[in-house]
Formats: sequence, C-alpha cells, structure tokens
Amino acid sequence: MSDAMNSNAIIKVKDLNLYYGDFQALKNIDTTIEKNKVSALIGPSGCGKSTFLRTLNRMNDLISGVTTKGEVSFEGREIYDEDLDVVALRRKIGMVFQKPNPFPKSIYENVAYGPRRSGVKNKKDLDQIVEESLKEAALWEEVKDRLNKSALGLSGGQQQRLCIARALAMKPQVLLMDEPTSALDPLATNRIEELITQLKKNYTIVIVTHSMHQAARISDRTSFFLMGEIIEQGETNKMFTTPSDQRTEDYVTGRFG
Amino acid sequence: MDKSMDVGLREMKLDKGKKTREKLMFGIFTLCMSAVVIPTLLIIGFIVVKGISTVNWSFLTEMPRMGMKEGGIFPAIVGTLYLVLGTIIFSMPLGVGAAIYLTEYAKQGRLTRLIRIAVLNLAGVPSVVYGLFGLGLFVFFLGFGSSILAGSLTLACLILPIIITTSEEAIKSVPDSYREASLALGASKWETIARVVLPQAIPGIMTGSVLGIGRAAGETAPILLTVAAFFIPRLPGSVFDQAMALPYHLYIVSTQVPGMPESIKYGTALVLLGVVGVFFTFATIIRLKFKKMSQMK
Ligand SMILES: Nc1ncnc2c1ncn2[C@@H]1O[C@H](COP(=O)(O)OP(=O)(O)OP(=O)(O)O)[C@@H](O)[C@H]1O
Ligand SMILES: [Mg+2]
Repeated sequence: MSDAMNSNAIIKVKDLNLYYGDFQALKNIDTTIEKNKVSALIGPSGCGKSTFLRTLNRMNDLISGVTTKGEVSFEGREIYDEDLDVVALRRKIGMVFQKPNPFPKSIYENVAYGPRRSGVKNKKDLDQIVEESLKEAALWEEVKDRLNKSALGLSGGQQQRLCIARALAMKPQVLLMDEPTSALDPLATNRIEELITQLKKNYTIVIVTHSMHQAARISDRTSFFLMGEIIEQGETNKMFTTPSDQRTEDYVTGRFG
Repeated sequence: MDKSMDVGLREMKLDKGKKTREKLMFGIFTLCMSAVVIPTLLIIGFIVVKGISTVNWSFLTEMPRMGMKEGGIFPAIVGTLYLVLGTIIFSMPLGVGAAIYLTEYAKQGRLTRLIRIAVLNLAGVPSVVYGLFGLGLFVFFLGFGSSILAGSLTLACLILPIIITTSEEAIKSVPDSYREASLALGASKWETIARVVLPQAIPGIMTGSVLGIGRAAGETAPILLTVAAFFIPRLPGSVFDQAMALPYHLYIVSTQVPGMPESIKYGTALVLLGVVGVFFTFATIIRLKFKKMSQMK
C-alpha cells in the first residue's frame, strides 16, 4: 500500500522538525502529499497545522528565528536546499490565506499580479489568463462586467474566490489553503467547497480546516496533528469511521479540544 | 424571566448625569479645537489683510529697487523655489530609501532601535545647528561655497528625520497580509515593496514629507549660513550661486533696513505663506489621487 501511495506523491516530508526560537512547533513529521488529491490537515488550535503548511512553500522564511530541519521534497527536488529559488517554488506552490486578502487594486490587476511578476506583458495573454482563472474559481460570471472595479468592493466569499483565482493564475501544481472558509458564511463556504472538489482534477490541494464536516466532505486524505506531531494519517473515510488512535477518535467526534 | 425583563428596561432609562458628562466632554474638546484653530486663522487673516494690497503681478515678478524699499521680490521667490526643489531632490529618495531599509530589510534589533532613537533626536536639533553643520560640511569642507547646493543639502538634512519617521509609519501601516499574498505569488521582495507596499504607503509618505518641505521652505537660520544673500540684483545662474530666499528676505526687510514700508514686509510674508500653501495643496491632490487609485470607484 505504501508503495502505491508513494508513486503518486508530489510532496514528500521526512523527519521534519521546526523551531520558533527554542520552541519546537513541529516534531518528526513524516508524510506525503498525493497528486490530484485533497489532503486535509486537522487538529486543535496551536498544534502546528499552519506552520506545517507554510513549510511547504517556505513562507516560514519570512519569520525571523525559525529553524527548519529535515527533508521536504517537491517533485523529487529538496526545497530547503540552499540553491533552491524560493520565488520559483512559490510560483509552483500557490497559497490561499485564512482571511481573504485581495490587494487594494482592481479585480483584473489582482489576478494579473502574479503573471505580470513572472514576465507576462502582452495584454491579450493577460486578458486570457485573467478570464480563465476567474472561470476556474467560479467567479467570472459575477465579476466580468466590473473587472476594473476595486476588489475590495466584493463580498467576503467573492474576495476569497478572487484570491483563489489569483493563485490559479500562476498555474501552480499545488494549492495550499489555510482555513480558507473560516471567515465566510455557510453559503460562501459551500461554494468554495464545491470549487475545491472541481479543482482537484487539475491541482493538488492541501487544506487546513477546523471543520470536521468540511474535512470529511471534501478531502481524500487526512492528517491529524496534535502538539506538533502527526498522530494519525490516512484515507479520510477510514480516519473518520475507524480511527486507530483513541485521540483521533476523540477529536473527530468532537470530544476533544 | 419577567424579572430580568424589568432589569433590562430599567437599564434603558436615560441617565441624566451621564448625558451631562457627555456634553461636558464634547464642550471641552470643542474648546481645545478652537484654541488650535483660532490663532492659526488669526495669523493667516492678519497677514492676508495687511499684505494683500501689495501683492500684485509686478511685486511677484520684478527685481527689488531703491534699497529694496520698492519694486518686487522676484529673486527671493525664485531662490526659495530652487531651494525647495533641491531639498526635495536630496531628501525624498534618501529619506524614503532609509525608511524602506529600516522597515523592510533591516533585521529588527538593537541596531535599528538605536538608529530610530538617533533619527528622533535629530528631529529635535535646533535648525541653526543644522546651519552651522551645513556651513562646516558643505560650504567649507566640500567646497560648495555659499550656494544653492549647500543650502539645499543643509535643508535636506534638516527634514530627513521628519521624512524618515513619517515614511516608516506609512510603510508599517501597510498590512502584512498584502506582503504575504504578494510573496506567495512568487513576487520577489523588491517587487512586493515596489508594487504593493509603496503604492499603499505613498499617501502617508506624501503627507509627512510635505510637512517637512513646508518647514524647509520657511526656515531662516540654515539658509542664512549656507546660501542666502542679502541682496543680489540678478537671478542665480547655477547651483553654485548664492541666492536670495523668502524667509531671509523677510527677516532683512523687517529688521535690517530702516524706513522699510510695512506693505513690503507683509507682502513678502503673504507670498511666503502662499508658496508653502501651494505645496500643501499639491501634496493633498497627490494624496487624494493615490487614495482614489487604491480604493477605486
Ligand atoms: N511566529 C511565531 N513565533 C513563535 N511561535 C509561533 C509563531 N507562529 C506560531 N507559533 C506557535 O507555534 C505553534 C503552532 O502554531 P500554528 O499557527 O502552526 O498552529 P495552528 O495549528 O495553525 O493553529 P490554529 O488552528 O489556531 O490556526 C503554536 O504554539 C504557536 O503559538
Ligand atoms: Mg493556523
């Protein structure tokens, strides 16, 4: 079983330890992220889910005092190598944040931001990327007549889909999402969940969530974090129906944290 | 349950004492505001009333005549414009650059704290000390002589602390979530600063800088030591020339020339106010434009 799993792995993590100064936030993490699957990271607040997610596109580099040890490889390439181009990595591994954070620019400029930075100049090409990405994020119909209006005028749910479109415009292989629906109402949440199940055809998705229902509904695989460790990981179905660890069972049934 | 309803209703009853207190506080703040605004308006009004009859086209565009007791103040206006322009050219890039370095690049720690304290203290140094510094460094040591160049550099030093501090504030007030979003999209650090952080910070940077530049335009002591001439009958030909300047000219016509007509003094003061006012208006327009651009329709 482990062989079959590994053959489809797009990210492999081995013996990952991370420290904020002296505080160890991740302990001996071993896991793989599978291609074109949705992987959910669950666990109580402060257990290290966001920290782990941010190791995958090296966003923790921005925080001073962070030490990362261990191996994280993306498509066979070790991403903590000194000669790795972080900018190139982040173009391949996109990220959507907990709080929708569109730039205070137009809708169009938000989506075009990434492609522009990577050198797309031609207006026609940009137009096409913007339209495709907005369609992929299921936002096109709602905004196609107001592309030049400010993104800040959109509703929270629309803003979050815009952030997804903005990330998709880079044609990443992996999309990291840190509690992308926690600031949204149930309807907007539904739309994003539908969107995620659509997106997994073309993208690999890693999503942090506090909602057991969300994890159960949309993810294929789940990892349960506790105090910086992965306690249990595997098929989502199995995790939620017959977890092998008592702590997992307590958590997924809501008797915990 | 009925009981708790009662309590709720009772709490909604108007509290007279509280209302009076609110009114009192409102009164106090209104008074504070008036204490600030009224003197300002009085000063401006006074100068406008006494100076407006003097300020006409020939006053603005003619050379002084008859030992400055007649004619216009054209060379002083030109001199001040040159000085202000020079000050902007030297202080803005340096100040904003330093602020970017301090907020975005420097590792926050003892060194940056020390630099910040130094900058804050510099802002409190009396302007005549800057004049002396400019005299020593720019006029003599670097050999620029008493010149527009030396004067601009001195004024730039004078307002650098203001520009750095306000730019830092403006840059820091841009939410980190924008920086993260940009970096996560594969933008480099500099691209993030140039495309996301600075456009957001420019209104704040402009406000602070214009306050500084307004101050530079009105300073007398630094230019007295580094550039200003008592009287030159022609316009400066290069940055190495001496120049007349409005604040210094105002000082001279007010104190150094016996029998100077009132009208010339207040006319000069009004023009100086006007020059500063033009800068403020200009900055406000830029600020509003950027604000509109970033919030948009
Ligand atoms: N920048 C930081 N500096 C120091 N400690 C940090 C930092 N960020 C996170 N931590 C600590 O690391 C641990 C893991 O944090 P993390 O944000 O990864 O948790 P999380 O599982 O995402 O929690 P939540 O569900 O609340 O988002 C926490 O104990 C937190 O206090
Ligand atoms: Mg988190």
